[in-house]
Amino acid sequence: MSLIFDIKRYSINDGPGIRLTIFFKGCPLSCIWCHNPEGIKSTKEKLYNKEKCLSCRTCVSVCPNTALAMTSEEISTDATLCTECGTCTEACPANTLEISGHEMGTDEIMKAIERESFIFDQSEGGVTFCGGEPLLHRKLLLELLDKCGKRGIHRAVDSSLYATEAIVREVASNCELILADIKLMDPVLHKKYTGESNELILDNIRMLAAEGFAFIPRIPLIEGINADEKNTKATAMFLSSLPGHKKRTVELLPYHDIAIGKHTRLGTIYNPNNIPMARPSDERIDRCVEIFKEKGIVAIVK
Amino acid sequence: MDYSKRIEKLRKLSVETEPTLSIERALIETDFYKENLGKYPTPMLRALNFMEICKKKTIYIGDYELIVGERGPKPKAVPTFPELTCHSVDDLNVLNTRELQRYTISREDIDTYEKIVIPYWAGKTQRERIFGHVPDEWRAAYEAGLFTEFMEQRAPGHTALDGKIYRMGMLDFKKQISEALNKLDFLNDPEATDRQEQLRAMDISCDAVILFAERHALLAEEQAEKLGENMESLNSTPEKPDDEAGKELKRRIAELHKIAEVCRRVPANAPQTFWEAIQMYWFVHLGTITELNGWDAMNPGHLDQHLAPFYDREIAAGTLTRQEAKELIACFWIKVNNHPAPPKVGITARESGTYNDFTNINTGGLMADGSSGVSEVSYIILEVLEELHILQPGCSIHISHNTPENFLHAGCKVIGKGYGYPSVFNADAYIQELTRQGKSLKDAREGGCSGCIEVGAFGKEAYLLTGYLNVPKILEVTLNNGTDPVSGKFVGIKTGNPLEFKSFEELYDAFLKQLNYIVDLKIRVSNYIDRMFAKYAPATFLSVVTEDCITKGRDYYNGGPRYNTNYIQCTGLGTVTDSLSTIKWHIFEKGSFTLERLLGAIVNNFEGEEILRQTIINKTPFYGNDNDYADSIAVRVYDDLFAAIDGKPNTKGECFHMNMLSTTCHVYFGKVTGATPNGRKAGRAISDGTSPSQGADTHGPTCVIQSLGKLDQIKSGGTLLNLRFLPSLVKTDSDLSKLGALIRSYFSLNGHHVQFNIVDSATLRDARKRPEEYRDLLVRMAGYSDYFNHMNADLQEEIISRTENGKF
Repeated sequence: MSLIFDIKRYSINDGPGIRLTIFFKGCPLSCIWCHNPEGIKSTKEKLYNKEKCLSCRTCVSVCPNTALAMTSEEISTDATLCTECGTCTEACPANTLEISGHEMGTDEIMKAIERESFIFDQSEGGVTFCGGEPLLHRKLLLELLDKCGKRGIHRAVDSSLYATEAIVREVASNCELILADIKLMDPVLHKKYTGESNELILDNIRMLAAEGFAFIPRIPLIEGINADEKNTKATAMFLSSLPGHKKRTVELLPYHDIAIGKHTRLGTIYNPNNIPMARPSDERIDRCVEIFKEKGIVAIVK
Repeated sequence: MDYSKRIEKLRKLSVETEPTLSIERALIETDFYKENLGKYPTPMLRALNFMEICKKKTIYIGDYELIVGERGPKPKAVPTFPELTCHSVDDLNVLNTRELQRYTISREDIDTYEKIVIPYWAGKTQRERIFGHVPDEWRAAYEAGLFTEFMEQRAPGHTALDGKIYRMGMLDFKKQISEALNKLDFLNDPEATDRQEQLRAMDISCDAVILFAERHALLAEEQAEKLGENMESLNSTPEKPDDEAGKELKRRIAELHKIAEVCRRVPANAPQTFWEAIQMYWFVHLGTITELNGWDAMNPGHLDQHLAPFYDREIAAGTLTRQEAKELIACFWIKVNNHPAPPKVGITARESGTYNDFTNINTGGLMADGSSGVSEVSYIILEVLEELHILQPGCSIHISHNTPENFLHAGCKVIGKGYGYPSVFNADAYIQELTRQGKSLKDAREGGCSGCIEVGAFGKEAYLLTGYLNVPKILEVTLNNGTDPVSGKFVGIKTGNPLEFKSFEELYDAFLKQLNYIVDLKIRVSNYIDRMFAKYAPATFLSVVTEDCITKGRDYYNGGPRYNTNYIQCTGLGTVTDSLSTIKWHIFEKGSFTLERLLGAIVNNFEGEEILRQTIINKTPFYGNDNDYADSIAVRVYDDLFAAIDGKPNTKGECFHMNMLSTTCHVYFGKVTGATPNGRKAGRAISDGTSPSQGADTHGPTCVIQSLGKLDQIKSGGTLLNLRFLPSLVKTDSDLSKLGALIRSYFSLNGHHVQFNIVDSATLRDARKRPEEYRDLLVRMAGYSDYFNHMNADLQEEIISRTENGKF
């Protein structure tokens, strides 16, 4: 069993065809721009959407741990008392309260996958395991990869690759495609913005390339963080140094700030140090594509 | 004249001309009836009336036109049909001044109408015949909005043609008619007299359209002659012997002579060229919409398949270029757009607020031998569709297992433009639907979908839509033991006080009894109306071009066609499913609240019960999410609708079938239906066709198609699925391929039809604020497309509230 925080259908940006994307909870990195901040912590979390709240106090009355209280404006949760048991979210009429993270096992997940498999057949799609960081859930992930493999379902794993080489190799050997995130080339800046250095990640990418695993490098393109000339060139240089780079496309994912709303619901603060981040201008995006092209790499803007 | 200039001019005129009402047809007809009523048997009277109109109506040939002919005296001039329903002075004033879907008419014409037309037709119209007959129970249910009746204002139509008019001209049909007349057996056949009257009337109808075409030939020559005179005066200026204006005049003169030649060839004879083939169809189209105002105008059906042989032959012979073919198709397209739907009378304008007259051109599909129907003409049609983006005609792509991926992709590209079309049909599914109904495989393959989504054997079947059924309203009446809570009137039958029901099954059983009662009530009157048309308003020209009417010597409305179906169109499957799911789940299973409380909340339109309403909306299994609990209720209702309707006899020895669509009727039905148990507030639109309730599908399109895939759609005569997509989902080529794969996935589950609205709600909100900036914004709406600006506020709100399948 693992904590799954979302299952998305008609997913058309996470690998070939129409896909089902499964989001595993928990991530070794904590990128400040992360658009799935509810995927970072590896424990259940409660989300509260104040705007939708009817102030009906149903949740307060049903909580078995008396962890909830209605203040003048909103529901507040005493984190020391809350066990994320889900009684309040069950009862909340407006789905104002939600628990992010549900324990799910292989059978349950496979059921969801198989219901959509006729669509994979039509679209040459498949399943994408994503997160959070799916590699943190090695056991369940490998079970799922194995079952999907036996059913002939195309498997993609979207990973930060912040994991041991052995695990990366094991997963890569059991799927058709790795979506490999590359955030920043400078190890110091990488640590500053994601919480960890990038050496392990880059080593893993070198390993994937050297051993001939299929992977697509994916770069979140953020003005103020990594969309500058220097980092883009360094990234292009790195990728062009890898074996098989000419056959490999890079996906650029321009930044958006959807995460602001999610942080509000999580009760956390988005970008607490106010680091300037923005979607790069169209010219800047074009320029990044150009830089990759100069190194013989096709970059696709998603 | 180059292609783009001609098409631009014609398009501009068509788009910018405001619809007007023309009283010409009514005046010709009134004079004719005054003089001739009682002199002839009805079919002859109708045919001679048609002849009279073809003889006397104003003929129009506009500048730049290649394909000619208008139903009214000029583009967008719409005639009235007082023999069916006569507009009152009030009606005309309303039409002249209402804000949306206006049809302007001069004060003088209104006066003439009042003096000449209205007094003559008082007491003689079809509508009066019908309303004079209907029982009180029917009237009560009709007025409550439990169903609509299509044939109270317009004639039965809903048809499309097969390929015979491209192989046979009117002279050939006349020959067939004469043979049939010669074969009449007055010794043994008690119906020989009726057949003779009918056949003679059909013969006159053929002459009428030949005459109509000849008058166009004469006018074209007259115009050419006038231009020739202009030429001479131009040429007399010695300094500019052969300037641009002169050249253009010369070209136009040649075109007019060509038009005259074409109009003398068709419809009298079978067409020989691509141009003649299109003009042939257009004269037949005009003939059918002039003799009567049949629903859904007229439809060429598989236009690409019909034109392909002419195209191939002429391309090979070098007598036609691709561009010329495209220009002719574009000219035809604009002609259809020149013909807004005839306006209704009284308050029923609320039912369907659109100028669209539902000509739905089929592309792709299968040929009679089972091979793919896709040809170069199919691609040209998609190009025309995309470049013109006008309201009419509607267009659909028909996908089969053997349809080239490239064609589906080309169709998805146009869908991605966001004009609201083409809609997409599953040819493999509807061929099964037609064969289940008893059509031969060949006839089924030549069939297709016309109007919105209704399936028929093109050219061989009268498949009459009789009206929409408001299924959520039937549940509302059930929950009130037969009374309509909106009007307070008793409109159903007594099925028990719902508060005394011990189980969901008891409640469902009561719903089923009401449903069967209402369906039977509707069918009784439909059958009466069928006979009224057979007796008083035979469609003698439409009968000529519909298979077997000649050999049987019977009218289109009287069992003449090879197949004869009546449909009842069911709406609101999503709303009724979610409502039943709410009751079953919360009241009979979870005990979340009592039925008494729910019914109380409904009476008060959920005022003061927002918590209850939110609980329903957020905590109930709803249809459209691949949730078996809810979907099994949808399947049950669907099967019970089928059982209530399918197989009930019509007046032509055949029967009723069920289909699932609503056009815009789900908005009207919503207005007359109070709050429903699924949390829908009073007056809001109910769900359309087989789509999920607005906003109920929260798991994306793959779950929606799986929910709909659980319905045995092959049993229907068509279902409807509306999916709204944000533009961001169809940005790239790869997105479009995925859209195509989604369509194929749905069709692999025997889905009948799907259409896409590619819009975002911000755009739509903005369009409401600044309509002038969004004049070309087309929205696909439950089976057809309309301009967003033309829609009333309710329809606009309805579009906005649909689920958006967008994501970041």
